Amino acid sequence: MAKSIGTVDILVDSCKGCELCIPVCPPKVLVMSKAVNAIGFRYPELRDGCTGCELCAEICPDYCFEVFRGRAAEAGEVSA
Amino acid sequence: MANELQKVFTRSPLLGTDTHSLCPGCGEPTAIRVLMENVEEMEERENAICVLGIGCYTAFASLMEVDCQQAMHGRAPAQATGVKRVLPDRLVFTLQGDGDMVTEGIQEIIHAAARGEKITAICLNNATFGETGGHMTATSVVGQKSKSTLDGRDPDVHGHPIRLPEMLRDLDGVAYVARGTVHTPVGAKKTKKLLRAALETQRRGLGFSLVEILTMCPTGWFVPTADGPRFQEENILPVFGVGELKRPAEL
Amino acid sequence: MTNPTRAFLEGGHALAEAAIQAGCRFYCGYPMTPSTEVLEYMARRMPEVGGVCVNVEAELEGINMVWGATGAGVRSMIASTTNGMALMQESLSEMVVGRIPAVIVNMGRGQGDYFMCTRGGGHGSNRCIVLAPWTAQEAVGTAYRAFYLAEKWRHPVMIFGDFILSHTSETVTFGAPADATGPLPEKDWATDGARGRAPRLLTSLGMKIPEAPDGTPLPDGQTRTDVTAPMRMAVRRHEAIAAEEVRVESEGLDDAELVVTAFGVPARFARYAAKLAREDGMKIGFVRPYTLVPFPEGRFREVAARGVPIAVFENNAGQMVQDVRLAVEGRTPVHFIGGISMDSSGFGVGPEIDALHILQRLREVYAARSAA
Ligand SMILES: Cc1ncc(C[n+]2csc(CCOP(=O)(O)OP(=O)(O)O)c2C)c(N)n1
Ligand code: SF4
Ligand code: SF4
Ligand code: SF4
Ligand SMILES: [Mg+2]
Repeated sequence: MAKSIGTVDILVDSCKGCELCIPVCPPKVLVMSKAVNAIGFRYPELRDGCTGCELCAEICPDYCFEVFRGRAAEAGEVSA
Repeated sequence: MANELQKVFTRSPLLGTDTHSLCPGCGEPTAIRVLMENVEEMEERENAICVLGIGCYTAFASLMEVDCQQAMHGRAPAQATGVKRVLPDRLVFTLQGDGDMVTEGIQEIIHAAARGEKITAICLNNATFGETGGHMTATSVVGQKSKSTLDGRDPDVHGHPIRLPEMLRDLDGVAYVARGTVHTPVGAKKTKKLLRAALETQRRGLGFSLVEILTMCPTGWFVPTADGPRFQEENILPVFGVGELKRPAEL
Repeated sequence: MTNPTRAFLEGGHALAEAAIQAGCRFYCGYPMTPSTEVLEYMARRMPEVGGVCVNVEAELEGINMVWGATGAGVRSMIASTTNGMALMQESLSEMVVGRIPAVIVNMGRGQGDYFMCTRGGGHGSNRCIVLAPWTAQEAVGTAYRAFYLAEKWRHPVMIFGDFILSHTSETVTFGAPADATGPLPEKDWATDGARGRAPRLLTSLGMKIPEAPDGTPLPDGQTRTDVTAPMRMAVRRHEAIAAEEVRVESEGLDDAELVVTAFGVPARFARYAAKLAREDGMKIGFVRPYTLVPFPEGRFREVAARGVPIAVFENNAGQMVQDVRLAVEGRTPVHFIGGISMDSSGFGVGPEIDALHILQRLREVYAARSAA
């Protein structure tokens, strides 16, 4: 089975810093920023290893996540 | 080399594009999100009419991209009845809170259920009057501290919480009743399915449907936002069990 | 049953039939004499015309059903009585701000609800348009006019009658009065499902206000939230309604040395008393406000300008008399000659609803006028 890979776009300026997304991310690739956004809240930043599982988007009250997903190509496979 | 990534999650167009004014860590926007995703997926945008009660969720009336009526505190089930009776082919649902539906408006919801109105009533139960700043409602749990139960809800003084879905289940007009929670991603996904079943019950004309959704209110619970899920699991879920309570055989 | 054109009916039934012929397709009510008759009539008639009649579990629920059905774009009405009206007040007040053009009928026990009907009863600075018919025939015309005015102004309209109006049978002819026909604004606010159009929001809370505080439209379809904006808009509407919709009837004012005023069915007794008084040589004029809101202040000011005293007859402890006094601003004496007059049940005619009784009171006031 090809591994699920993904990424997220984070709408930083909508974030209210509630941190609900942090513990629900299975690979723990979201970490809160040191900086604050335009309305004064710290926000999540994405590290490597997102699987595109959507759990952050499912919990975020402020609709900050857009999630993208695909599959890592198997060894030897040629990408289209 | 990876294949192209597909966008798999984006904000429903039925939620508009503006930011909302609800608190950090509030559960209500998540409940409303899964509701509107259903309306979109059922292709009912042009058929849906939402009647909103009075609470924090009322502010969502200016985001939701369906026809909306705002009601007086507690009166949404009656108002939705008026809408549905004159437009029986529309998808009519209420959006209320525990304060609105269970505390102020319990008569309205009981009678709408007993009449078997073919509407879907949705209760965002956070066990508090969030909008007023955290006061006891009819669903606040025993021991819960609020600005009007400073030492916690004491049954001898303040009575016991009401489990409205359990109360309504036995009414003959009621076709579908369930309770969901949105304090976890899995809970949100399951709640979406419950709402789908309720709306489907209405669409097929099977009777009254109701979904109570447990939502976090860190502001009215006086806990840090990140502690909301823990508070919900320790205090709310033991009193309010989630799952389907009544489901029509036809579904 | 086909639509009757002429019938001998109780006032309550006549009003109900007229509402149906005016296009009312949603009705709800909770039994209470003397509005029960409207519910009974609607329960039979509504299904015949494909409409809905709900026997509600409380007046509080009923008014909000009417809010919903009206908001969905369908002509809707509720009738109730006195206590039931009191239960509706929160919604009624808010329906003015939220611009819900519903028709509300109060078949009162006497006229003790004048304050509740004309002051909006509930919270805020809100007033419904209030119409007070005095015959079954006028109740018929009023039903058409109420829906017409409601949609013309997008404002709730109340019809205020009493047990005599509701229970007295008279021959009536159906059909819209001339001032209640003609084009009405499109219901571009109705929430009936956003089919091929942008979604709509029906609210009293000032969400999505499309104009700036000074009333100018915001650019590019922008909106703003301002809870007070619809309140201020309602005040402007009240003023426009007052300028255009006052309806009042008067007789014998030219040579009058005393004017008697009354509204609703008791005005029929007061008018007859004025006629008897003239036969006795007393020059008594008669004024009958038909619109209680907007109140015909101008007519009373004209009377006051000539220094003619005014006697107010009403079946309550003295309520409209306050509006008359406010209108004349102390320029002429205003006497209250009414009183609470019902039978012991609370919904039958009492001894003071009687032309000879009123005549006697008028004699006293007339004599006092000469003495002064
Ligand atoms: C008749 C009336 N009483 C009280 C209020 C004040 N009020 C506004 S919102 C609210 C609480 C709503 O509670 P709930 O429905 O649980 O919504 P939440 O704010 O918790 O989301 C109250 C009491 C009101 N608007 N109307
Ligand atoms: S999509 Fe899943 S893995 Fe990626 S950031 Fe969100 S929760 Fe973490
Ligand atoms: S859940 Fe949403 S609002 Fe909360 S911290 Fe994460 S991105 Fe921000
Ligand atoms: S008070 Fe509670 S319910 Fe209201 S917005 Fe804040 S967290 Fe949500
Ligand atoms: Mg609540």
